[in-house]
Amino acid sequence: MTTKLFGQKVQRTEDQRFLRGQGRYVDDIAVGVGTLHAAVLRSPHAHARITDIDVGAVLDLDGVHLVWTHDDLTGPMADPLPLLIPHPALTHGRTQFALAKDEVNHVGEAIAFVVADDRYLAEDAVGRIRVTYDLLPAVVGIDAARAADRLVHDDVPGNVGARLEQENGDARAAIAASPHTLSLDLTVERSASMPLEGRGTVARWDPDVGRMTVWTSTQTSTGVRAAVAARLELDLGQVDVVTPDVGGGFGVKINHPWPEELLVPLAARQLGRTVKFTEDRREHFISSAHERGQVHHVEVGYDDDGRVLGLDVEFWHDHGAYTPYGLIVPIITSTQLLGPYKPGAYRVVFESLYTNTVMVTPYRGAGRPQGCYVMERTMDAIAAALGKDRAEVRAANFIQPDEFPFDQGLVFQDGRELEYDSGDYPASLAKLKELVGWDDFPAFREEMARQGRRVGIGLACYVEGTGVGPYEGAHVHVETSGKVKVATGLTTQGQGHATVFAQLVADVLGCRFEDVEVVTGDTRRMPYAVGTFASRAAVMSGSAIHLAATRAREKALRIAAEALEASVDDLEIVDGVVSVRGTEASIDLGTVAVLSNPLRYAFDEASKAATQFSVGDPGKPPVAEDDEPGLEGRDFYSPERSTFASGMHAVIVETDPETAEISILKYAVVHDCGRLINPMIVEGQIHGGVAQGIAGALYERMAYDDSGQLLNASFMDFLMPYVTEIPARIDIDHLETPSPLNPLGIKGAGEAGVIPSAAVFASAVSDAEQPYHPGLAITAMPISPSELFDLRRRHPATPVAQRSRDHEERP
Amino acid sequence: MSEQLHDLRLTVNGVAHALRVPARRLLSDALRHDLGLTGTHVGCEHGVCGACTVLLDGLPTRSCLMFAVSAVDVDITTVEGLTEADGTLGAVQQAFLECHGLQCGFCTPGFLTTVTAGLRQHPTPTEDDARDMVAGNLCRCTGYTNIVRSVLRAAELAGGEA
Ligand code: FES
Ligand code: FES
Repeated sequence: MTTKLFGQKVQRTEDQRFLRGQGRYVDDIAVGVGTLHAAVLRSPHAHARITDIDVGAVLDLDGVHLVWTHDDLTGPMADPLPLLIPHPALTHGRTQFALAKDEVNHVGEAIAFVVADDRYLAEDAVGRIRVTYDLLPAVVGIDAARAADRLVHDDVPGNVGARLEQENGDARAAIAASPHTLSLDLTVERSASMPLEGRGTVARWDPDVGRMTVWTSTQTSTGVRAAVAARLELDLGQVDVVTPDVGGGFGVKINHPWPEELLVPLAARQLGRTVKFTEDRREHFISSAHERGQVHHVEVGYDDDGRVLGLDVEFWHDHGAYTPYGLIVPIITSTQLLGPYKPGAYRVVFESLYTNTVMVTPYRGAGRPQGCYVMERTMDAIAAALGKDRAEVRAANFIQPDEFPFDQGLVFQDGRELEYDSGDYPASLAKLKELVGWDDFPAFREEMARQGRRVGIGLACYVEGTGVGPYEGAHVHVETSGKVKVATGLTTQGQGHATVFAQLVADVLGCRFEDVEVVTGDTRRMPYAVGTFASRAAVMSGSAIHLAATRAREKALRIAAEALEASVDDLEIVDGVVSVRGTEASIDLGTVAVLSNPLRYAFDEASKAATQFSVGDPGKPPVAEDDEPGLEGRDFYSPERSTFASGMHAVIVETDPETAEISILKYAVVHDCGRLINPMIVEGQIHGGVAQGIAGALYERMAYDDSGQLLNASFMDFLMPYVTEIPARIDIDHLETPSPLNPLGIKGAGEAGVIPSAAVFASAVSDAEQPYHPGLAITAMPISPSELFDLRRRHPATPVAQRSRDHEERP
Repeated sequence: MSEQLHDLRLTVNGVAHALRVPARRLLSDALRHDLGLTGTHVGCEHGVCGACTVLLDGLPTRSCLMFAVSAVDVDITTVEGLTEADGTLGAVQQAFLECHGLQCGFCTPGFLTTVTAGLRQHPTPTEDDARDMVAGNLCRCTGYTNIVRSVLRAAELAGGEA
């Protein structure tokens, strides 16, 4: 028996391509002569009425092929873009037009579209279009949106797009009856996914066969396909969407369609030429999507043990100028905030607000970092008020291992009950305390204090709904060469799908790992799919692939049994050869593939080999009624509900007594995503997630001025971490509580790394500062050195002696 | 908008190419779009991310900050030129493979070229040297941990003679 690949650190097959410079990203498609290039004129104003657009200076330019404004669009192309996920609470959903009609609502909104011989000329042309604006006052930030003395959309009262309330029990009564109560106000600022590859789309129309092919850097090929077909008034069957290699997504590429994903195919059809659009970095900052901006108010009641009896959370979500992706982010915050805990009663209400800034769609973690931050800051506050250990207060609130499945009594983002499938939170906590040295920390702190150094420790726990439905599918095809072609419809942005999916197939089918080739995100190969987001790829496509490979295996064994005149139960498949256990009799999978298709032409060696076997009953049709030719398996996986991964992070930080610089001394992660298919890849996901989390906690924010200009729309000014900002080591320990919901027992792992970061840093930095600045509370994230410095100044309660000790004893 | 075109010869990965481009054509665009060497990636076009890094006479250079017309009389090496003549991966490429030093692979060509040059200067780097070596390149996926490991492994594979 070959060793199982499930659970092994298998090196990635896709890397060969990437390492040789042979990756195929969208901008690498259709390179060379003949391809035309698009550029977009974007609004320089956050809020304005467009009174006139003059494209006269552009129309006749050499090398310019097309200039469009909204007036040039007809039919469904002239309608607002779709609101993808409507929700009854989203009473005032609004979406943008492919090209702005009469009004712009954020800097960067698309106004005109130009196609020219190359991008340089297209940009020249964009620069010559003259737009006359009537400026309107901009609404920037949650305070301005709530004040509502100016409106983003005239017909949306109070700038409120949605208001949603959920309650389990009577939280307000429970708080009123609690022995202790607290209230907190907590803020998180905006950040963004910032994949290194921006958005890009290439389209080609083939008039001979009436087909549109679109290559796009998306997290959902099927979604883009449906959008292109609907807006260009084509049949779904006329549109193929191919997602080649994608240079990172992190959520921002799930929105669909982007204006360019419609305009590029439309232009390709009209011009009869291949057209390409590649976003530049500034465009990505001002015309793609952001996330995270929320303000929260917490009321909590608890007992002497720190057990939460009632929790009442109200928050305001800044969704920017439009709501194409509905309420997914705030719904996730409102439900996932509960983490591993079970409050006595819980009420949550949010308002989703319009502002004249870039729209919001999910960014890795999707609303969970905010929720985790709110809940964990609350736990810290309870611990501080009771003078208890922070870990102890958390433990007092955990759902216990014997309580699964655990129903939180709320409705989750997928419209299903928020019911956790499995987990063991006390075991996680024990591992984390061990890993970070929680119990030894007081001694370490004292030692550091003697050297004049300030250190603090923090921890934070989360539960992450992963593997959301509704379904994914897979197709497994064994070729007559013995090679196995696997297709699944969801896309890939660097998560190693080609490798982990091949591991699953090789295990089931008994073929050689090297013989498996996986294709993702190509609607020609698998037209039914959802997409890659919400840590769902391994759970959804992984399970579908497992099921499809199982079908192919069953068929292979059935045919091989007949050919070898043996019983199916006596067969095994090893390295692509089916054999009768304990005998010499065997047949290659490729030969079985030939036999599966009663078309007897000898194209290759496998077909020649097949002539020695005879299968099928000569008295019956060559393809039986309940059979079909070919050695293939196709299946779909559609679970009842999400899986729930969980984890805990802890960090030890040092804060500089003078400069307030924050540095990381130790970072520890305990992670439970069920069974691990490839631990190397899961660890890579955690590393990347932690780095993004550190970025969000300490560095990254969208700096808007009051007029709605994004002041840091470049990598020069938006502080994305280099290696210099990331600790040299991240200590990781795994716990595997298998999910009962899928055949592999897996949960997703893609987002976990970022979820607790704001919480864990707020906790650790507060802890470092408390002895010197009692009362100093970190309530807004990210926290920069200058903000910490300012907080210190506002909390000067430090005993003078202690402060001077800091100075004297600095090494 | 007709522009004056310039004839030039670029030597890339040992091969001389003749091309005709406007003066403002970026080297990164000339490599990618005129020569079809799409391994060099553009992540920011303002010199900060390092994805477009190529070697000019062995020295790492951001090809998005340079015009093609100024890259004459130098030997340009792109990621496509790092593979050995017999088709096997070079030491740096092999190390990134072994250490899972990449995820989406978009930043990778810039890291590979940068590290190739770095190891020539510093064939036996300490961990701090390794971190320094890649400190000018952005990666959004890996969190850098495995990239640093890759640098150390590459030094090992090259036997201190990168
Ligand atoms: S593309 Fe050249 S440095 Fe970013
Ligand atoms: S691997 Fe994706 S940016 Fe580095």
